[in-house]
Amino acid sequence: MSETSQSESPHSEPAPRYSPLHDVHVALGAAFTDFAGWQMPVRYSSDLAEHHAVRTAAGIFDISHMAEIAVDGPDAAAFLDAALAGQLSAMAVGKAKYSLILNEQGGIVDDLIVYRMADTSFLVVANASNRFAVVDALRARVAGAGAFAVELDDRTEQIALIAVQGPASEAVLAATAGLAIEGLADLKYYAWGSGSFGGDDLMVARTGYTGEDGFELYAPVEHAAALWSALTAAGEPLGLVPCGLAARDTLRLEAGMPLYGHELGTSIQPVQAGLGRVVVTDKSAFVGRDAILAGPPAGAPVLVGLAAEGRRAARAEYPVYRGEQLVGEVTSGALSPTLGHPIAMAFVDPAAAELGTVLDLDVRGTRIPATVVPLPFYKKEA
Amino acid sequence: MSAIPSDLQYTAEHEWVRLDGDVATVGITQYAADALGDVVYVDLPKVGAALAAGSIVGEVESTKSVGELYAPLDGEVVEANQAVVDAPETINSDPYGDGWLVKVRVASTPALLSADEYRALIGE
Repeated sequence: MSETSQSESPHSEPAPRYSPLHDVHVALGAAFTDFAGWQMPVRYSSDLAEHHAVRTAAGIFDISHMAEIAVDGPDAAAFLDAALAGQLSAMAVGKAKYSLILNEQGGIVDDLIVYRMADTSFLVVANASNRFAVVDALRARVAGAGAFAVELDDRTEQIALIAVQGPASEAVLAATAGLAIEGLADLKYYAWGSGSFGGDDLMVARTGYTGEDGFELYAPVEHAAALWSALTAAGEPLGLVPCGLAARDTLRLEAGMPLYGHELGTSIQPVQAGLGRVVVTDKSAFVGRDAILAGPPAGAPVLVGLAAEGRRAARAEYPVYRGEQLVGEVTSGALSPTLGHPIAMAFVDPAAAELGTVLDLDVRGTRIPATVVPLPFYKKEA
Repeated sequence: MSAIPSDLQYTAEHEWVRLDGDVATVGITQYAADALGDVVYVDLPKVGAALAAGSIVGEVESTKSVGELYAPLDGEVVEANQAVVDAPETINSDPYGDGWLVKVRVASTPALLSADEYRALIGE
């Protein structure tokens, strides 16, 4: 028996970072994994039980490894329009937007959630693995353009991020002792509201990475453990369980959500990953604009969803064939816990990307037929 | 801390072996099952297959990862556990009992680890 785990982390750093909730996870008996140099819970009990809890009730995740970068100043909106792919200046205060930061070649440096905190204040949330790449790129873009009156502050170490996801999550937050959130029931998807916990301010956003209704709570690290305990105490009667990164990965895959290093990368243009809508080209100049307007080279691979039968799942980097012709490579794959059959995302030749096309997944030497299907694989009931 | 029954023998690839006369029952250890997470697919060698110690003879897959099953000894498969193929989660719930994988008629005396040696190997 020897295990070849799907790689989550592009590299391991010699000195691991620990979440402000690390002791809580240890006490809960979590198994840990390295994610971009952070020791994070991969599971507490069972990947499948945690996955199903989020689909049917609620799950609580520690995602404090994610990077929070505050962008403040009179030119904050104009700066983000120039630095990112979206038109953040058009976003109202109180809203959130999924965005991308591109390189000059139009490739994806990272995907981001950007929150507008005030007219001249934004919070940019980046992947842990890209924290320094994003901070460096943003700093270079402030300096490069020269004229932006904006300050950047990497607050990753000061902010704990707890996600509560699943159909019961609103009820969990409403029942949490000491947690007050303005207008919780009216908070829209991709919006945030102010809250307080134990007398201190926190930010509550209706965002997530699971395909379910849910919230992400940005709190000072000092209060992380108490907030986790209060949420858990309120949530347990409603079916909430702590969830690790393994469940997070199968949940996001079912929801067709990309993961940097798998579906996204610096040599992949947004349109290839089905994210063309995220790029606003009819705004003022932004990094990557010329390359985006030129588009990727003819025949550049495109991202598709693949569904197969049986129980053997293709994994990242497995080859995809059409007949005897190699047409692509799997980026993520698993036996879908919700759907009960294997699913995968893959970059394939555009000629093989049409819905309904039957391709073959090479699962360690065995060809398994898989059909090109629309993404997402799973969509919550409206 | 995972269970390591003292009456079994082990391999460095995290299989356990229970010798009963010349028939060995083989499974994967709780440590291996815990590391994999929820097992969702098992591929076992067929009855009659000749195994060579150290060769890859099957697969154990979880939602998260894939583990290869190595033959712990030389011999011939006399029984494969269909119940575990049908309900792979048995490997997580009862790795040393109902979660056994194959029974093998042993061709030569295998060199295996004791429970203490295996415990030392996995650092518990």
